[in-house]
This record gives sequence, structure tokens and C-alpha cells, in this order.
Amino acid sequence: MMSRHEGIEAALTKKIQQGGKCLVPYITGGFSGYLETISAAADAGADAIEIGIPFSDPVMDGPTIQMANDVVLSKGITPERILNDIASLEIDVPLAIMTYYNVVYRYGLERFAAELKESAISGAILPDLPLLEAKPWMDTAAKSSIETILFAAPTTTDEQLPEICENSSGFVYAVGLLGVTGAREELASSAQVIARRCKEVTDKPVLVGVGIGTPKQAQEVAKVSDGCIVGSAIVQRLLDGGGAESVGEFVTELRTALDTI
Amino acid sequence: MAMNEPTELGRFGKFGGMFIPETLIPACQELEIAFKQAWSSTDFRKELDDLLHDYAGRPSPITRCDRLSEELGCQVILKREDLNHTGSHKINNVLGQALLAKRMGKTRLVAETGAGQHGVATATAAALFGMECVVYMGEVDIERQALNVFRMRLLGAEVRPAVSGSRTLKDAINEAMRDWVATVEDSHYCLGSVMGPHPYPWMVREFHRVIGAEAYSQCMDVLDRVPDVVTACVGGGSNAIGIFSGFVDTEAELVGVEPAGGAAIERGIPGVVHGSLSYILQDEWGQVLEAESISAGLDYPGIGPEHAHLADIGRARYEKVTDAEVIEAFQLLSRTEGIIPALEPAHALAWMSRDRESLSGKTVLLNLSGRGDKDAMQMMEVLG
Ligand SMILES: Cc1ncc(COP(=O)(O)O)c(C=O)c1O
Repeated sequence: MMSRHEGIEAALTKKIQQGGKCLVPYITGGFSGYLETISAAADAGADAIEIGIPFSDPVMDGPTIQMANDVVLSKGITPERILNDIASLEIDVPLAIMTYYNVVYRYGLERFAAELKESAISGAILPDLPLLEAKPWMDTAAKSSIETILFAAPTTTDEQLPEICENSSGFVYAVGLLGVTGAREELASSAQVIARRCKEVTDKPVLVGVGIGTPKQAQEVAKVSDGCIVGSAIVQRLLDGGGAESVGEFVTELRTALDTI
Repeated sequence: MAMNEPTELGRFGKFGGMFIPETLIPACQELEIAFKQAWSSTDFRKELDDLLHDYAGRPSPITRCDRLSEELGCQVILKREDLNHTGSHKINNVLGQALLAKRMGKTRLVAETGAGQHGVATATAAALFGMECVVYMGEVDIERQALNVFRMRLLGAEVRPAVSGSRTLKDAINEAMRDWVATVEDSHYCLGSVMGPHPYPWMVREFHRVIGAEAYSQCMDVLDRVPDVVTACVGGGSNAIGIFSGFVDTEAELVGVEPAGGAAIERGIPGVVHGSLSYILQDEWGQVLEAESISAGLDYPGIGPEHAHLADIGRARYEKVTDAEVIEAFQLLSRTEGIIPALEPAHALAWMSRDRESLSGKTVLLNLSGRGDKDAMQMMEVLG
């Protein structure tokens, strides 16, 4: 059994060593029923869960996640409220938050890292904080044992890629395509390419995210990667009113697909 | 000397930076290298100078305003960026970036626009160079700047509405960045002000330096000295930084004027949005607040990082004016000088008009960043 407290990299590495593929669903924090949804995703076999803290200007997100963001923000739900909710959530998989750097900066780096730790959140994913700018945050986060998950993009050069992989902790977030989050009809050819490039330079878990929205796409990309992150396709189910049940069913399908590679 | 190159990571003092998705890092680094090479290439400089001269109509004149001076009790000189082709200072930056994009082998320009002036300028350059052009514009602005939307379309650009958030300039920038994340291989993001990630704040400033350089020598010719005060409106801050650059190493006082509803220097808090660290209007959780201004071009909750730095070191100061004061100033310049200003530079005049006592007897150079044609419809409704 996994533990929420052992950290993301440890949990994923164990899974990979057992011959498994990793599944990380993304769920918008603060969205109605999100706590039940997180539990449902965990029960359905998620290896770690990424929880979004909505930000007013999410430049890396497409229409689906933007819309869920707006719903949460318009209710006046604060980052603090989400972190408090998560702190009292009983769940046994490691968690990461995904938000934009200004939310962290406004909190104050040290205070934010401390809050994450207090809420038993293991990692942070900050899509507008590239490695070049990440040092102050990573140093602070490391002191609280928070893992900072960095992005490797299709445009990342061969020179930069090893450095990104080396500095990333938790896993390496390989961006599956040129573009923002959102489900796509087909798996982009760039998804396997970036996964392969990362695998060549690192032993850390390499998970592909952005543009993975179906069990078939998850299966296809995980032939090369150690797993994937599924966001918009899950959030769409929340927007459609499907709630925890619908997400649980979907995560089960993704799990089955990844378990039958 | 102030206004040098920023540090390697694009810092002006503590402000600036490259807070963008990893996907865009290589593009910004390539852009920095390409810009550095171009800017030190005499061929590039000559090509751009020729374009500015033959196509955009530079140099723009300065105009002494006798009747307005009498009314305000100080000597007013206007730098006439309103007379440039396409009607504002925006063309200086756009011709530079489009020429650079062409040099880099890009075939498509992406831009955001507030008032539509930067969008029109970008569409113009795209037409001139035979490039594809997509301009993002907030839904609210599409409505209040309908004339410019028509102009962009006439010039062959596609205007895409930004429908999220406040549906103004801030959201148009979000959409333009999302587009660029997906199209970075063949597209250049033609950012319209001295903001965004490094190298934009620096590069856009360099392309607007021409305003300050011309104005400096024109003032020396006409006045035989520098003016006491140099003032300009500030949205992101490109026209202001352009004219300030000519006077930052002189005794002249530098005054930027923001709309009261978007006064990033006075009411903002340091934060990271749209690629750089600067003052922005935000709540206690870091959510960016919506600016509110009659002027679509200044309706922005942030400010370029170099302005944040100039404010911090006390080299420039920043004032704010209300929409009502702007409406007054818009009419004042029209009536006294026969020049209808854009609503944006009317902000700088509004400050002068309100603070006329403290300016008494001084010489003030105002950057008239654009003409008011685009605002005529909106003002027709306001003034009845
Ligand atoms: C005429 C004019 N002046 C000023 C601005 C504001 O931009 P900046 O602060 O970058 O000069 C705009 C923007 O649309 C404009 O059209």
C-alpha cells in the first residue's frame, strides 16, 4: 500500500519497479465535490493526485480547466481554504498541488512551503516557473521536503533537458504537445518523442501530461513513458456534473488501460 | 547611466524575469540572441531606420502649444507620436519586431491589443511583410474600439475575442500567450508594451528609444535645453519608457500617469504575472484584480518592470487621474490646439491640468502617444 507521506518520487518509483505504470489524475481544488472526487480517484487506483489551486490568469491552461477555475474563483474560494480542506482529507496516496507562481509568491515562499507540509502535500507543480527562475522556490521547498516537479517541453533543447530532469523531484513532467492543457482527439506524435528523450537522460519517473484524455491515449504514451497525467478529461466530467462517481469510473478505465500494456 | 541592459535574467533592479512555461524558454532565449545580433547590425538598423522614415513617417515633430500653455500656465510641448502611420507610437516597436521576426524565419505574428492600436500596427506590419497575423482582443474592447477591429480585419488580420476573465487587455495577453505556446515554432509573439518575459521589456524599450532620442535633440534645437518635466501615460509603459529614455540621464523630472482604476505603482503589490515580476493589482491571495479605465489601452492591472524599478529608485514618479479628468483633458486639447488626442495620452494632460499650480512657469514635454480618431465613437456616447 502506498502512503501519502512517503513522497511522490518514492511512491512512483516503487510502482515502476514493480513493473507498473503511474497514473496521476488532476482535479480542480475548490470545485464542488472535489474532496469526494479526490478520494474516488485514489480508490480507483491513482498513484498520486494533482490538485489545482485556481489562479486568475492561468496561461498554461486551456478552456476546460479555465472554466473550472472561474467557477471556483467566482465563489470566493481561497487557496488557504483548499489547503485546509486537503489537510483534513483522509487519503493514502501522495498529493501535489498545481498552481501559478504568483499564488506562491504572494503567500511568501517559506510560508507556502510550510503550509504544504502541514497539509501533507508532497509536491508542487508551477507551470510558469521554469528552471531558470525556480532556484529560490526549490531551495525553500527542499527545506520543507517539498518536491518540485519540473516541466520538460517538446521545445526544450538537448542541452537543457538533462538539467531539468536532474533538478526535478517527484517526477519529470513531460509536456505531451506544443500547447496548453486540454483533451485532444489524437495523441500527439510529440508525446512519445518527449517521453523517450527524457527517459534517455534520467532515471526519475517520466510522466507525460497535456493532451492525454482517453484510456487509449494513456496506454499509447505509457508504452514509452512511466505513466501519464490526465487533467482536462477529468475536469470536464466535473463540469458536466458527473461528480466523484463519474470521475471514479473514468479513473478505473484509465487504470485498467495502463495495467494492460 | 540609467536604462542600461537588464541583467542576464532580465532584471531591472529586482523586477523583470522570465516567468513563463518551459515550452517558451527556448523561444525567448532565441529571441534575445536574435535581437542582440540585429541591434548591433548596421544592416538591420538601416533597414529599420528606412522603414521608420519612409513608411511610418518619422521623425515625428514636436509642437509648441501656445493656447494650451496660456490656459495651464506652463509651457507645453507635445511629441507628436499621433502623427505616425497607424496613429500611435506602437508602430515603432512593431516594425522592429516584425523585421526581427522575418529575420528569424517566422511566418506568423501573434499579438494582443487593448485599444486596438497595437493590433492595428501589428496587422499593418504583417500586411507589409506578407505575414499571417492573429490579434487577440478582449470582448469588452472589441465593443468599445469597433473602428480598430474593422481596420485590423481590413488589413488582413484575424481578430479573435478573449472571452475569459475581465475580457480586456489582461485576458487578451493570456490568450496570446496560450496561442504562442502552441505555435512557437513558426510564430513570433509581437508583444505590444514594455512588459512580459525577458527580452521583451528591454527589446521593446530599445525600439521606442527613437521617441526619446528625437525629442531630446528637438528640445535642444528649440529650447536649447531639456524641459523641466517629461510626462507620458502608462499602461504597460512603452510610450513612456520611450520618451523617458531620452531624458533619464538629464535633470528633467519624469512623470508617468496611470488611470486611477489601474494605478499599479500606487496600489499594486509586487507579483508575477505575464512573465515578469512587477507591481500588479492583486488581492491578498495573489489573484490579479481587474483594472478599470475608460481607456482600453491603459486598462491593465500591471506595469512594465522597468517602470517599477524607476519608481523604486525614485528616478520617475507616477501619478493617477480619474476618468472624469481624462474626459475634460480630451476636450481641452481638442479645443485649444486643434489636436484630438487618444484617451491614453489625455491621461498625461489630465494630470498636468490638475497639477497646473505646481507646474507653473515650467516647460513640460508631453508624449502625445496617439490620436483620438479611435475614441471618437466612444466619446460621442460619453459626451452625448
Ligand atoms: C495611444 C496609446 N497610448 C498609450 C497606450 C498604452 O501603452 P503603453 O503604456 O505601452 O504606451 C496605448 C495602448 O493601446 C495607446 O494606444
